[in-house]
Amino acid sequence: MGEAAKTVIFEIERQNSTDESSYWEKFELPYRANMNVISALMEIRRNPVNIEGKKTTPVNWDMNCLEEVCGACSMVINGKARQSCTALVDQLEQPIRLQPMRTFPVVRDLIVDRSRMFDSLKKVKAWVPIDGTHDLGEGPRMPERKRQWAYELSKCMTCGVCLEACPNVNEKSDFIGAAPLSQVRLMNAHPTGAMNRDERLNAIMGEGGLADCGNSQNCVESCPKGIPLTTSIAALNRDVSIQMFRNFFGSDHMVD
Amino acid sequence: MLPTNVLRGVKFLDNNREFLMRRLHSLLGVIPIGLFLTQHLIVNHFATQGVEAFNQAAHFMANLPFVIFLEIFVIYLPLMYHAFYGLYIAFTAKNNPGHYSYMRNILFVAQRYTGIFLVVFIAWHVFETRFQVAIGAAEADFNMMENILSNPFMFAFYVLGVLSATFHLANGLWSFFVTWGITVSEKAQRYSTYFTLLVFIVLSIIGIRALFAFV
Repeated sequence: MGEAAKTVIFEIERQNSTDESSYWEKFELPYRANMNVISALMEIRRNPVNIEGKKTTPVNWDMNCLEEVCGACSMVINGKARQSCTALVDQLEQPIRLQPMRTFPVVRDLIVDRSRMFDSLKKVKAWVPIDGTHDLGEGPRMPERKRQWAYELSKCMTCGVCLEACPNVNEKSDFIGAAPLSQVRLMNAHPTGAMNRDERLNAIMGEGGLADCGNSQNCVESCPKGIPLTTSIAALNRDVSIQMFRNFFGSDHMVD
Repeated sequence: MLPTNVLRGVKFLDNNREFLMRRLHSLLGVIPIGLFLTQHLIVNHFATQGVEAFNQAAHFMANLPFVIFLEIFVIYLPLMYHAFYGLYIAFTAKNNPGHYSYMRNILFVAQRYTGIFLVVFIAWHVFETRFQVAIGAAEADFNMMENILSNPFMFAFYVLGVLSATFHLANGLWSFFVTWGITVSEKAQRYSTYFTLLVFIVLSIIGIRALFAFV
């Protein structure tokens, strides 16, 4: 192995709190085989000393599942938004630059507040209402092949990468982004969820909804779960085109 | 009693004014503006058949019945709406082609830059031609364009204007198909890219050939 002193250099954009300005700090860590960005951050936490040898505060980040299922550890790594748990140091160009996803309010260092995504799910009614005053019994059966198709859409972990990559999601616009829109397609595909289809379609015709998509298609290129987000958007565009005419001209097929 | 359009403090999306404005923007870009541009470039192409042919075609267009109403409702109003709302759309985007250098994202940025350039180009073009005719300072014929395009800077400006317009129309046509839910699948969108590329090439050849006929 010869290279005993091999190291990895990290440049991290840090910020103490939401309202404070950010600053860059560099770290040099000993290289270990198969390390990922999270294990490197853990190393910095264990020994918070920057490249100048000065003791500093440990870098804060968010994480949970460590297997690209929860979406908590999303950050901007070398310019692109992705999960830090699956960002392997061996596959990254050095110095490795870590930044928070600034589409969201920064809580501290690399931690962002993704509440707006969960609010967006409420804004577009991305759930299946099943409550009644009495037992409503079983819902209609879902064809197995449709379930398999819908499963792909259900992989969304609200990680925020599609919003960070989207040029139309920014402080100048209300656009809710691809993730909640795709969830509308999922809920509309559900046999019980389809009973409130028109309500969701009317919601995404609202301000900050579907129409704000500019078709840059960064979302589908960036989605770590490979969700066909732009197909969802185009499919919803078709549904909404029809809904728009139904709303204006009237229809007996508002719900079916 | 809580308002019914609120869930745990979050208001459902409503007010579809913006939705309708966006859809109108998309529609007007193709009908009538896209159709007008195609017609305009084809009529210009008469210049390749000589001075007489061009003047005859220009004379025919300028003397269509109700021409002022055709101009107002087919060109001026739709174009102004598309231009001004388009500027608003262009300036609400935060372009990021550097880190996300995917083809569609680059075309997204190009759509916005050509749009902004076209507002300037078309304003100048209308001022230099139609407006001069309206105030009686010039006549819309071969000579007028020959004079304008004899200046190499103006010629370059017009080449850029024509290419921007054909690109903006072709790429806009691609997103029109997505916006109205016509091309949903990835495959349909890919074939739509080939088709709109063809539209861009064909219209560009027609437009550029006409420009070269004046010099």
